[in-house]
Amino acid sequence: MIHIVDYDAGNQTSVKRALDHLGVGSIITSIPDDLDHAERIIFPGVGHAHSALETLHERGLDVALKSAAARGTPILGICVGCQILLSDSEETDQRCLDLIEGRCLRFKPEDAALKVPHMGWNELRVCSAHPVLRHLRTGDEVYFVHSYYPAPVDDTDVLAKCRYDVEFAAVIGRNNIVATQFHVEKSGPVGLKILDEFVKWDGNAC
Amino acid sequence: MLSKRLISCLDVRDGRLVKSVRFVNTKDIGDPVSAARRYYEAGLDELVFYDITASSDQRGIMLDVVEEVARQVFIPFSVGGGLRTVDDCRKVLEAGAEKVNLNTAAVANPGVISEAADAFGVQAVVLSMDVKAKSSGSLPSGYEIVTHGGRRDTGMDAIEWARRGEALGAGEIVVNSIDADGTLEGYELTLTRMIAETVGIPVIASGGGGRPEHLYDALTAGRADAALVASMLHYGHYSVNSIKQFLSDKGLKIRLTG
Repeated sequence: MIHIVDYDAGNQTSVKRALDHLGVGSIITSIPDDLDHAERIIFPGVGHAHSALETLHERGLDVALKSAAARGTPILGICVGCQILLSDSEETDQRCLDLIEGRCLRFKPEDAALKVPHMGWNELRVCSAHPVLRHLRTGDEVYFVHSYYPAPVDDTDVLAKCRYDVEFAAVIGRNNIVATQFHVEKSGPVGLKILDEFVKWDGNAC
Repeated sequence: MLSKRLISCLDVRDGRLVKSVRFVNTKDIGDPVSAARRYYEAGLDELVFYDITASSDQRGIMLDVVEEVARQVFIPFSVGGGLRTVDDCRKVLEAGAEKVNLNTAAVANPGVISEAADAFGVQAVVLSMDVKAKSSGSLPSGYEIVTHGGRRDTGMDAIEWARRGEALGAGEIVVNSIDADGTLEGYELTLTRMIAETVGIPVIASGGGGRPEHLYDALTAGRADAALVASMLHYGHYSVNSIKQFLSDKGLKIRLTG
């Protein structure tokens, strides 16, 4: 059973539908206790990091997520759920979850032809082998919608990159945590395969 | 590098897929859910559903369509038509759409753009503009925003409206030329380019796509980030793959799926 964290950040039902399609049971929850007993956690999200963090905090989900991370529960972050795993973000003054050391930065393209948000399909470059990315190949395209991107301090936390104005981390991970800046639930068969590998993953990075 | 997107527009009335020429003379051309699924499997990048259901008590049918599409299709899709309030938007987003398309409601009440952007994020709000060329009159761009399928003039300048829509919080703009819609003779390139060069958010060219060359023109000369097609695909004149392969062969960055 997968627990999908609900903090009013929009896309939890899309994630659930993708899991339904894969034949994987899941429940959407906003109760911290549920995460204490979760086998695996998906931490989705769209919208603002600031309001996401506030809601997480109000519901006590920030603490529950950190405990789950410390216990070794496999966690998949998606989009804003990926960004706020880092230490902090240019989008908010609040401290983020700090589960992966680094910062979230805003795209500031000098070329006016490069629009922000970065919206659409873009290709990945695989940087590091990871069980969840088993089927992912360099050149595969996935669906992005974001104005901020993750910038981990440690390069070994970057599993795949994408280029838009700058080359940024599109998949990050450390120990039992893996997170995608793109929407696995909206990236067609490529995204569904990542989701399918996550639901089988034991939380060991290699 | 970001790929140019191929988006298909599905007009839905009373739960059925229809094709309208200039928003009149609609023809039933099938089931929207199976069409959506077919396009998804063929490698389409995105879908737009436009609800042209006339009577408001039939609107629930559209939510059923959205939910069923969301269960079967794993690419982004947006829904427009008949959305007036943030609450209307919430219903289609909760049913599984990624984005809402605001058109007439935004013209009548521009504040709904910022309300929706605050509630769901700018990425979820698409401003869809119906535009007509206006050779006479005092509009600086020469293009006017119209509503009700082009039957009602607003006196608003298209460029001004695009700029304002972006400032209010739209994350994307669909530029639909009423003059070109249904003609299959190509997109309105001057208009598309003007808007694409005005705003800092993605622009989708709409209306007039009849051949792959038209999409190429919209994505290059028109500076659009994506092109919307309807009849080209719905009537089977072209496949998703044949359009994408054409654009890719011409040197555009396109997502090709085996």
